Amino acid sequence: MILLQGKGVSKGVTSGPIYFFRRADATVVKRAVTDPEAEKARLAEAQEKSIEQLNRLADKCREEAGDEAAVLFETHAMFVEDEDFVDCMMQTLEEEQCNMEYAVQQAGEQFAAMFAAMDDAYMRARSADIKDVTARILNNLMGVVEGGIDSDVPVVLAADDLAPSETLQLDKSKILGFMTQGGSGNSHTAILARTMGIPAICGLGEALKPEMEGRIAYIDGETGKVALEPDEITLAAYNAKLKKQQEMKVLMDTMKGQKDVTLDGRELMVYCNIGSPEDLPAVLNNDGQGIGLFRSEFLYLKASDFPDEDTQFQAYKAVAEGLNGKRVVIRTLDIGADKQVAYFDMKKEENPALGVRAIRICLNRPEIFRTQLRALYRASAYGKVAIMFPMITSVWEVRECKRACAKVMKELDQEGIPYNPDTEIGIMIETPASVFVADALAKEVDFFSVGTNDLTQYTLACDRQANDLGKFFDPHHPAVLRALKIAADAAHAAGIWIGICGELGADLSLLETFLAIGIDELSVSPSSVLPLRAAIRKSIAKTCTLEKLES
Amino acid sequence: MKQFDFTIKDPLGIHARPAGMFAKLAKGFGDTVVTISKDGNTVKASQLMKVMAMGIKSGHTITVAAEGPDEDKAIEEVRKFLEENL
Repeated sequence: MILLQGKGVSKGVTSGPIYFFRRADATVVKRAVTDPEAEKARLAEAQEKSIEQLNRLADKCREEAGDEAAVLFETHAMFVEDEDFVDCMMQTLEEEQCNMEYAVQQAGEQFAAMFAAMDDAYMRARSADIKDVTARILNNLMGVVEGGIDSDVPVVLAADDLAPSETLQLDKSKILGFMTQGGSGNSHTAILARTMGIPAICGLGEALKPEMEGRIAYIDGETGKVALEPDEITLAAYNAKLKKQQEMKVLMDTMKGQKDVTLDGRELMVYCNIGSPEDLPAVLNNDGQGIGLFRSEFLYLKASDFPDEDTQFQAYKAVAEGLNGKRVVIRTLDIGADKQVAYFDMKKEENPALGVRAIRICLNRPEIFRTQLRALYRASAYGKVAIMFPMITSVWEVRECKRACAKVMKELDQEGIPYNPDTEIGIMIETPASVFVADALAKEVDFFSVGTNDLTQYTLACDRQANDLGKFFDPHHPAVLRALKIAADAAHAAGIWIGICGELGADLSLLETFLAIGIDELSVSPSSVLPLRAAIRKSIAKTCTLEKLES
Repeated sequence: MKQFDFTIKDPLGIHARPAGMFAKLAKGFGDTVVTISKDGNTVKASQLMKVMAMGIKSGHTITVAAEGPDEDKAIEEVRKFLEENL
């Protein structure tokens, strides 16, 4: 038996074959080859595969998004076969007697550079298309699979760590659980796992080795233990836990359709946090009463250039319609800090968490903001959309955001495009500054939502990305809980509601404290909705105390 | 050889989408070759990347030519395509 110990970051037990995540941008190494004909045959095969994929994408697009987007993929398919592009590869192949991967990469760089040097902004942007096509050919040449998982059966996905853009591309139907060498409870892998309701273990370090691929792993996302070839005792313990997990699931299913109400009649709104329209089924399956945080970053992270208004509109509309009249709080882009996107062209910062991020980008670059706001307001005609601004520290920021909203509404009026003029506007409470001026902020907006990860980070001066801060990064710290109370009192004095959309919302050990503070909404991972509902239904709000604010 | 001059009206010039459609069309005439010339540069219309790299913008005038057994048919279809799309 081999036992590995990591940090459990998403609960549950599972077992399955280990599969190591293949990076799509696997590095190309130049090798000498003796058989150029074989290389040419490999290219032909990769081209054929690429064109097939692109045509399939074009068909899919035509059904879902219309002709315009489909033609782009068809153009990509033509790039794959472009005479000059291919000639360039063949020339490198013959002159350098190298492998095809190197020849393709060289051609890609050369053609991308040619477009990048043009004086026309539109044409410069096409160099991204060339890079995209080059990457596709290379992936097919090297056997890298889109979605990262080339397996017929579901796997336990292993990786060093996964970047946000990588987690987005994963084929989620094939993942039983995650284990990573690095990462923390706040990493994107952990958040994704909790959304999917599957176990995840991070921080396994070097003990997790690529040669373990294919072996069956038994993982426990609560204890952070991974076992290969478990002995009898370990296996029995695993099976017992699995049985309990299955019974729990049956029990939790009885919570579906129930109200989120305490024994003494206090009703809460239990909402879900999601990262893309793909998470919608998880919300509905777990009977979430709404969406308290729809992170819009996915649109930006998965794109190679700024997503246009229509692309955004379609995504927001899909979620708004999917929730069928229930509230959907969409947060405007929260790029910066740990979520970096190349085409935003951000200056390197010494302290990105304290740098130009989130609403600061939007207020500095009104065009980016306007595109997103237009898409949001257009989507507001299709459901109960609410807009939320992140990283607020000052009243003037909120006023500027509202001015931007008013401008967009005026534009839509003039263009005769439908929207809901009463769309709720709220802000994230995640900086100490926003807590101190919460009374003034509450007069400007329709709701507050507390981002507990960032509020903890900024209140306690603890980097949430750092793994070794351990006991110092304490979301239960009285300072954090008192900040919650200050914000809640300010919200209620102004007659608006306040929610929590950070991970802390699902922390059942704080439920009584939240009830005592008077939190109105808890937005959690879809998989946490039913356990939270069960806990709420056993609570008595009147008897809850604020003792945790004192210790 | 048949040829004609054409002034681009599309505000984006010959961008990826119509260039792709043009290349597809130009490939469909068998032995008949369709070319585009501008400022002394000539490329085949089927050379998608080269066509895009010419950076042809709105207001630019290009010379389109067809050479080969089906040149009459080719030139008419290309003219129609350009008028409808660019």
